[in-house]
Amino acid sequence: MHRVSRSPGRAPDRAAGRAARRAARDAYAGPGLRARLRRDRVMLLLVLPGFLFFVVFHYVPLLGNVIVFQDYQPYLGFKESPWVGFANFSVFAEPDFYRALLNTLKFAVLQLVLFFPAPIGLALLLNSIISPRIKRFVQSVVYLPHFIGWVILISISQQLIGGTGLLPQLLGELGLPRVDLMTSPEFFPWLVTLQLIWKDAGWGTIIYLAALLNIETEHYEAAAIDGADRWRRLWHVTLPGIVPVTLLLLILNLGSILSVGFEQILLQRDAVGADAAEVLDTYVYFHGVLDGQWGPAAAVGLVKGVIGLVLILGANKLAHRFGHEGIYSR
Amino acid sequence: MKTSQRPSNRPPWMEAPTKAGLAVKGVVIAIVCLLVLYPFVNIVATSLAGEAEITRRGGIIPLFPSEPTLAAYKTIFAGGVVSHALLVSAGITIIGTALNLVVTIALAYGLSRPIVGGRFVLSAVLFTMLFGAGIIPNFLLVKALGLYDSYASLIVPGLVSAFNFLVLRNFFQNIPAELLDSARIDGAGDLAILLRIVLPLSKAVLAVVALFYAVGHWNAFFNALLYLSDTAKWPLPLVLRLYVLQGQPVGGGTESPGEAVASIQAVQMAVVVVALVPILCVYPFLQRYFTKGVLTGAIKG
Repeated sequence: MHRVSRSPGRAPDRAAGRAARRAARDAYAGPGLRARLRRDRVMLLLVLPGFLFFVVFHYVPLLGNVIVFQDYQPYLGFKESPWVGFANFSVFAEPDFYRALLNTLKFAVLQLVLFFPAPIGLALLLNSIISPRIKRFVQSVVYLPHFIGWVILISISQQLIGGTGLLPQLLGELGLPRVDLMTSPEFFPWLVTLQLIWKDAGWGTIIYLAALLNIETEHYEAAAIDGADRWRRLWHVTLPGIVPVTLLLLILNLGSILSVGFEQILLQRDAVGADAAEVLDTYVYFHGVLDGQWGPAAAVGLVKGVIGLVLILGANKLAHRFGHEGIYSR
Repeated sequence: MKTSQRPSNRPPWMEAPTKAGLAVKGVVIAIVCLLVLYPFVNIVATSLAGEAEITRRGGIIPLFPSEPTLAAYKTIFAGGVVSHALLVSAGITIIGTALNLVVTIALAYGLSRPIVGGRFVLSAVLFTMLFGAGIIPNFLLVKALGLYDSYASLIVPGLVSAFNFLVLRNFFQNIPAELLDSARIDGAGDLAILLRIVLPLSKAVLAVVALFYAVGHWNAFFNALLYLSDTAKWPLPLVLRLYVLQGQPVGGGTESPGEAVASIQAVQMAVVVVALVPILCVYPFLQRYFTKGVLTGAIKG
C-alpha cells in the first residue's frame, strides 16, 4: 500500500519470483559441494580479489580496534602494547570530547532540518517542469557540484564570501560592514550546511525524481477528475508517493549522522578555531593521528561507529513496524 | 523513463498553469541555476585578470576581465609544483580507476549469479556499508602494510566501493539469464560470457561507475593527507589547500622580470580552474547516464 508500486499485484508477483528463483537455484545447486566448487571455480576466482580486499581493509581494521583497550605504542605494536582495560574511555569525560560531541550534534540537527528536505523540494520543482529540454538542462546544472571536491568547493567559497572575496567587497561598496563569513565561528554551522546544500541538494534529487516518475499517472488523472486541484494532488498523490524513498534515505542518513562532513570541516577548522569546528571525526584525527593518543581516539571512533549501527538498525526496525520496507525487506 | 515517452506538453487532465505561477517558478529555477553556475564564472574571470585590474577593482571581477591575461597560468606552470601535482593526480586517477574497475567488475559479476558461498560474501560486503572500523585502525593498517608514504596508499585502501559494487551487481543481475545460458550452450565459459556479452551490454553503467571512481581519485584529499607525509608526492587537492586555503605563495620566483606579474588572487583561482577542468570536460558526456546508473544500484540495493 505504502510503497511505490506499479500495480497492486506486484507484491505476490515478487514473492512468486523469489520462490521461482530459489527453486532454480536449488536445481542449479544440485551437486555436492566439491562439484559445485569445481563448477564455479572461474566465478570464485573472480570474486576472490574483491573479497580479500574487504577482508583486509574492512574486517582486519575491526580487529585493530583492540587498541581501544590498550595503551598503544606504535613501536611496540598490538602484541606488546600494555593492556589498560577501559581506561581509554575516560576521554568521554573530557571537555574537549564534549565540545566535539556538541558540535557534531549541532551540525547533524542543522543538516537534518535544512539539508535533508532540500532535494525533496528541488525534485518537486524539477518534476513540475513540463518542457523536457529545460528540465534536462536544469538537471545537468544542479548535479554538477556533486563532483566538485571539498578542497575546490571551499576555495571557491573563499573567493566568493571570504575576507577579500566578492560578498564583503559588495557589502563594502554598499557602505555596510564587510563581514567575513568564512572566519566567523557563530556563522560556521550555517556555512557548513549551506555548502552541503550547494554541493549535494541537486544530486539528491535523482532518487526522488525516480520515485516521482514511478507514481502512476492514473492516480493524478483520477484525482483531477474527482476535482482535486494541483495542490491537493501534490498533497494526496505526489507526497505519499515519495514517502518510502524519503524514509529509506532518512534511515541511511541516521546511520551516518555522527559523521558530519569530515573533509569539509577539517579544511575550515583553522579559519574558525576548534571551539566552533571540532567534530568527532576531526577530534579522532587530531588526537589520534597527530597527537598520538591512539587508544582514546580509537575509543571515540569505535563508539561513534557503534552508535551509527544501532541507529540505522533501530530506525529500520521502526520502519518495518510502520509497514514500510526500510533499507532491507524482511 | 515514462515522461520521455509522453508527449512534451502537459497531460489533458492538468489545468493550464497561471501566469503568476509560471513566472514564480521561472524565477526560482533561474536563481537556482545562477547560484550553481555563477561561482564558476567568477573564478575563471578572476584567474584571467591582470594584477592591475584586480587591485583597481578591489578583487571583484564579476563577469569578464577587461584585459584577460594568462599570466596566472604561466606562473603556476613555471613553478613546477602544480604541474607535478597535476601529473600525480592524473596518474593516480587513471591507474586507480582501472584497478577499481577490474576488481569491482569481477566481484560484481561473480556475485551476480548463484555461486557457492556467494550469499556469504555478499553479506560480508554489505555489512561494511553499515559499520566501519574508524580512522585510527585504518591508519595503523596502512602503516603496518608498508603502504605509508607510497602512491599505493591512495589506491589500495579504496579498491572497491561497496556502493559502486552494488550498482554493477544489480545491473548484471538484470541481464536476462536466457542470454547468458544460450552463450553457455554455444560453449562460452564464465570469463568469455563476462568479456563478450555482459561487459558490452553494460557500457552505460560502467561509464557511471568509472566516473564515480575517477572523481573520487581526482578529489582525493583525506587519504592523501593521512598517508603521504612526503610533500613531493602530493596530489592536486593538497597543493590546492596549501596555495589557496593556506595562502602560500606559488612558484619559486622563476618568472622573468619582463613578464606581467600575476596577482596572488588570480594565481589561486588559476589553480582552482586547473583542478576543475578535467571534471568539467568529462561531465557533459557522462551526465545522461547518471539516472540509470545510480538508480539500478540505489533503489534495489
